[in-house]
Amino acid sequence: MVEFTEEQKRVRDTVRKIAEEKVAPRAAEIDETDEFPLDYVDVYAKNGLLKATLPKSSGGLDADTMTLCLIVEELARAYASAPQMLITTGAVLQVLSKAATTAQLQRFLKRLEKGTHICSFALTEANYGSDAGNLQTRAVPDGDNYVVNGSKAFITSGEVAELNLVFVRTGGRGTKGISVIVVDKNSHGFHVGNKEHKMGFAGTGTVELIFDDVEVSKDNLIGKENEGWRLLTNIANMMRVWGAGSTAMGNAQGALDDVVEYVREEVQSGKPEVDFQAIQFMLADMAISVETARSLIYRTAYVMDRNGASFKDVETLVCMSKCYAADVGMKVTSDAVQIVGGYGYTKGSSIERRMRDAKSVQIYDGSNQIQRIVAARNLLS
Amino acid sequence: MIHFTEDQRMIQQMVRKLAKEKVAPRAAEIDETDEFPWDLAKVFGENGLLNLVLPEEYGGVNADNTTLCIVIEELSKVSPASSLMVFTTQALTNVLIRGGSEEQKKIFCPKFASGDKICAFVLTEPNYGSDAASLQTKAVPDGDDYVMTGNKTFITTGEVADFYLVFARTGPGERAKGISAFIVEKGIPGFTFGKKEKKMGLRGSPTVELIFEDARIPKKNLLGGEGGGWNILTQYGNLMRIWGAASVSLGIAEGALEYAAGYAKERVQFGKPIATFQAIQFMLADMAMLTEAARSLNYRASGMIDKGTEPFSKIEPMVSMAKCFTTDTAMKVTTDAVQILGGYGYTKDYPVERMMRDAKGVQIFDGTNQIQRMIISRSLLGKS
Repeated sequence: MVEFTEEQKRVRDTVRKIAEEKVAPRAAEIDETDEFPLDYVDVYAKNGLLKATLPKSSGGLDADTMTLCLIVEELARAYASAPQMLITTGAVLQVLSKAATTAQLQRFLKRLEKGTHICSFALTEANYGSDAGNLQTRAVPDGDNYVVNGSKAFITSGEVAELNLVFVRTGGRGTKGISVIVVDKNSHGFHVGNKEHKMGFAGTGTVELIFDDVEVSKDNLIGKENEGWRLLTNIANMMRVWGAGSTAMGNAQGALDDVVEYVREEVQSGKPEVDFQAIQFMLADMAISVETARSLIYRTAYVMDRNGASFKDVETLVCMSKCYAADVGMKVTSDAVQIVGGYGYTKGSSIERRMRDAKSVQIYDGSNQIQRIVAARNLLS
Repeated sequence: MIHFTEDQRMIQQMVRKLAKEKVAPRAAEIDETDEFPWDLAKVFGENGLLNLVLPEEYGGVNADNTTLCIVIEELSKVSPASSLMVFTTQALTNVLIRGGSEEQKKIFCPKFASGDKICAFVLTEPNYGSDAASLQTKAVPDGDDYVMTGNKTFITTGEVADFYLVFARTGPGERAKGISAFIVEKGIPGFTFGKKEKKMGLRGSPTVELIFEDARIPKKNLLGGEGGGWNILTQYGNLMRIWGAASVSLGIAEGALEYAAGYAKERVQFGKPIATFQAIQFMLADMAMLTEAARSLNYRASGMIDKGTEPFSKIEPMVSMAKCFTTDTAMKVTTDAVQILGGYGYTKDYPVERMMRDAKGVQIFDGTNQIQRMIISRSLLGKS
């Protein structure tokens, strides 16, 4: 049974209000212009959402997994792109709060005050997506610094991030030679490269990051050298449940809300669409899909917050939550377009935007194929 | 990895052990002979599984919905046909406990205290299946009795059951408003059994026609007052689907998944276990994902009923979703399990073909999946 605490309900209600009043009205415009929504940043910062994953002692909300799921779901219900900057920033701050020293954390938080507050999580490279363990961006020790060379691709929030959590190769091949360092956007030799022109997920500032002899202080190494992969698997991979999972589910819920409203209005205006059982059954199946995804995500969050289950069991549930919710998001938004018909296919309908946005979630944050590989491996081991 | 109470975990472990030791070895034979497993009825009775919902003074444990889900799921992993008697029995006692008067509980609960009584839930008629509100079996008041006339069909656990919860038309009221619910004891004059269905699956769980010819039912056996039958059906009957069809099919899906995963690790083709092929891995991953999604929804819904803080209007569609999704999942997972086992899976030497035949039954019974979708869309669109 899933029960929310008073605090979780309070945060959810606050975010719902923000989503309805500040996020939703801007969605179509952001989708059109693809500009990073700095107005969202202001609203999130004012409400403490960008630091949600930090402990209260560091000025955060000390949000548990369930709370993060609710925040992302509510924002994505209004607009799937809206929570992405929160996810990347929250992911980075969560890694820092768990693996960085207190001095490092304080230094980085102070730095974030001067600027957009946004962080990016820089893992993927042009030739190493799902095969992240073989990434090639290299950091070579040189006195008190590392010298970083290489590039990262498809980095969400990279366009505006003040700090980038970068996975680099410091050792030999494979996952045992990977370290995590924080690179400031003002570093000499660091460039924001091309911005991707995507079918959806507009305004997420998805860019290439280029490192050209960037000198990064060794004080910016998070955890131990060559142990970066563990931060990825032990901390970051678990975030998919409130990252991609809740994004997909919130977006699907939004599409369902929109299409139910559309069908009801059709009826009120005398069109008998609602009386067609074919439409009713499509709606029922869409609702079932959304509720199963929600049930799986909440259960996973609940299990994670209780710390009672084995790592393997939790990892499996997280993979399933991500994969299932993303597939549900695609199916539900596609059916929503189908029900609305020609109008659903036109620009300006929130539904066609949601369908384009949904596709992204099947791919990012670990493709659904990778999730299936991990789930099957755990099932068979 | 659902968070159960200590009591629920204990019952789960007990039933899991019992299912493995007593039920599983009999599953293939029960399917083959289509004979009701009286030996298992005895085992279930001795272990208190037939009267879980009763208060403690009558030998029960006041089981909540989640506990019933756990029990039915565990039994259904190995033999859904056997778990159905646990379901239909508590379908009656659950209504008695939650919908009966204090006086009726005092009259009837002692009859179930021995723990070996079996019950059946009697709604469907030959011409009124999904359209249950139009049912035609009549119960006419006459002195201290009602006189019941009519035929019921597809009654699970029929003939072997000792007690029957029968829905019949008492009033002049239109459709649903004229329906009442009665507890009918086996053996009364005018109450006989007709045809036993030969089914593709769920064999060993008898599905029988009931015939009422001027059967006299005492007025004290009327539950929920005259005309209160439909209310009983919607308030209690519809929600029982969570530990009925939904839990039965969750168990079926799990049983099939476990078997297919185990087989894939053993079966060697092209020089290696087929579990090493990504095509098989992805099928298994999808089967596991659907099963876990179903489990998440089922237990979220049963927890909602037990907690009682959400309105009925929210719980009812949630239960319909659980019934519909979990049975569709069981159908898909068992079909894919047969596929993974290939030719062997298609033979009676392996259990997955039985599981597939059983899964089909659950998409149909306990309210067809089409009826569940109607309930869900009605709740979405706010149509009465």
